[in-house]
Amino acid sequence: MNRANMHVWGWLLLLPAAALLALFTHYPALATILHSLYSTARPNRPSRFIGLDQYATMLDDPVFHQVLWNNTIFALGTIPASIALALLMAVWVNDRLAGRGFLRLAYFTPTILPMIAVANIWMFFYTPDYGLVDQIAGLFGFARHNWLGSRDTVLGCLIVLTIWKEAGFFMIFYLAALQQMPPNLAEAAALEGASRWTFFRRVTFPLVMPTTLFVLINAVINSFRLVDHIVAMTKGGPDNASSLLLYYIFEVGFKYWDTGYAAALTVVLLALLAGLATAQFLYLDKRVHYR
Amino acid sequence: MDFDSWAFPGIACAYNNRRGNLAARSGGSRTPGAHCGLATGGRVSEIVVESVSKLWGATKAVDAVSFTAAAGQLLVLLGPSGCGKSTTLRLIAGLEAASAGRIRIGGRDVTDLPPAQRGLSMVFQSYALFPHLSVAENILFGLKVRKVPATERAARLQRVASLLGLDTLLERRPSQLSGGQQQRVALGRAIIAETPVCLMDEPLSNLDAQLRQDMRREIRGLQQKLGITMVYVTHDQTEAMSMADQVILLRQGRIEQDAAPAELYARPATTFTARFIGTPPMNLIALADGAAGAVVRGSDGPALFDDKGDGLLAGIRPEDIRIAERQGVPARIVTVEYLGADSVAACTIGDQPIAVRTPGRLNLKPAAAVSLLWSPAALHLFDAATGRRVDDDRLRRVRDRAFVASA
Repeated sequence: MNRANMHVWGWLLLLPAAALLALFTHYPALATILHSLYSTARPNRPSRFIGLDQYATMLDDPVFHQVLWNNTIFALGTIPASIALALLMAVWVNDRLAGRGFLRLAYFTPTILPMIAVANIWMFFYTPDYGLVDQIAGLFGFARHNWLGSRDTVLGCLIVLTIWKEAGFFMIFYLAALQQMPPNLAEAAALEGASRWTFFRRVTFPLVMPTTLFVLINAVINSFRLVDHIVAMTKGGPDNASSLLLYYIFEVGFKYWDTGYAAALTVVLLALLAGLATAQFLYLDKRVHYR
Repeated sequence: MDFDSWAFPGIACAYNNRRGNLAARSGGSRTPGAHCGLATGGRVSEIVVESVSKLWGATKAVDAVSFTAAAGQLLVLLGPSGCGKSTTLRLIAGLEAASAGRIRIGGRDVTDLPPAQRGLSMVFQSYALFPHLSVAENILFGLKVRKVPATERAARLQRVASLLGLDTLLERRPSQLSGGQQQRVALGRAIIAETPVCLMDEPLSNLDAQLRQDMRREIRGLQQKLGITMVYVTHDQTEAMSMADQVILLRQGRIEQDAAPAELYARPATTFTARFIGTPPMNLIALADGAAGAVVRGSDGPALFDDKGDGLLAGIRPEDIRIAERQGVPARIVTVEYLGADSVAACTIGDQPIAVRTPGRLNLKPAAAVSLLWSPAALHLFDAATGRRVDDDRLRRVRDRAFVASA
């Protein structure tokens, strides 16, 4: 077989996968960017090129500002907390202790449950008066509270739920990383008199940094990607207090059928995620010790 | 055994010169710690292990083991894998809790103390270096934990680094080092603590043969120079023989023999010791009663000595046997292994295998008939049923009545 033939063969072998990727990933992404530059077609008014008008609208859209702010709070509330909790749980169940298999399973269970089921469970927790939260709060003399119905508490409620659901998933990655660590590192540190905290700070934490980077990127993406619990629990309400960027895109696109604006919002979301992921890699990669 | 012949006093400090002019330095002082500035602060600690046991469920990993490592001594725990030697070391270190018995270090009962309070350092088989920290950070880890002032830390690091020839490697990560260099870092981390006791868990088993030999000398040199009490675990009898002041041979969690290397070689107390020490180890040949005295079982003579032979094992070291044209015990060559300086011939007498080690190259074909000779003093006797060495009086009587004699 000569060289040219080999190249043809190579490309032919790549073709099926490349075609699928192009059709379902690259083309839609490019089409979205293109769509965002056109107005939405209406029965009496066909779509026309409007340049960056959609993005200009966005700058003046109070709901967009609100959901972006909500999403920032949601990300800041869920990411550090779920990662810290995941690491804590992983260190805990990595120890030699009775019933640790059971404990690991218990921690992982929220991950197995579908988000809709989780939302149902937590709807019950948050129900005013006879929900679990109000009942426990009532024991200590607190007044009833409509947790999901109040602008002040609804986002916090979703943050708690998300931490509960995500931490178990991230724990699995940390657990895998911890089990890669040779046990005699801990013994060497114990001989030097290092406390558990010193060992964690100086050895464990730096050694699981690659996992932290991986988990962090996943957590950031998830914080912009999760939408099921909003659909099931709050529909973004009350008064957009729990609406996140992706849910807003869904509303604009499939409730108001303003597909051009939805496309523009999608481009912003993609740019945001790409920017965050790149920044994390560039910033953290130098600080991570890879084995 | 005389160690002074090879334990170069200058070796540790002169490490940098090793590739250059070690010979020129080897006349240095041999006062422990004298010219290295590193010492154990005058504290020398003896380690006393008193009927210590460790149970894993129903299995006795260590079974009522008692021994003493005198201050400044290098004690080797030797044995095949699974004999409990590493567990014994970990019990001394405090990494495992003893099921029974007491451990005292420097007169202080440390049985219930955590590892850090026992005043010891340890080198692990896999080195247990922190992979994300530089060589300097690895060595300084313990001092930082113990909040030693920065100026003292720097001075001690400087001393240890030059002692071990690590000066140019301090900024590297462990993954950028060779196996031998990693070993040195692990050693550095142990000696910078300046503890009177250092424990070593098969520290050389991950190195190649040449490096192992160099490090053996270096560790022994360091131990003597710093005046440390060292407990050293190995399965390699060469390491044990060449480094130790005292060797404890373990078998299935029990002490088989506790003796100096020379004693272990010259007077093995059991057939287990006899089979473990020496390359190749001592031949153990089953004897039987013959017409004129004890004969090798399955052969029809000649008699080895004028006594009963049933129930006895004759022990003869391969290096004590000579191959002769006639006069000796007739044997047949099975194979000959040429090792350079000497050859090891596997032979049979009757149905008993026997190895013979002779200097130089041995030009004998398999199945060749030979005659084997040894001096009466080379003969050891063991009770076949108990595996124990027969008592000295009986052995002397037998040696006096031996027929096979080296000309």
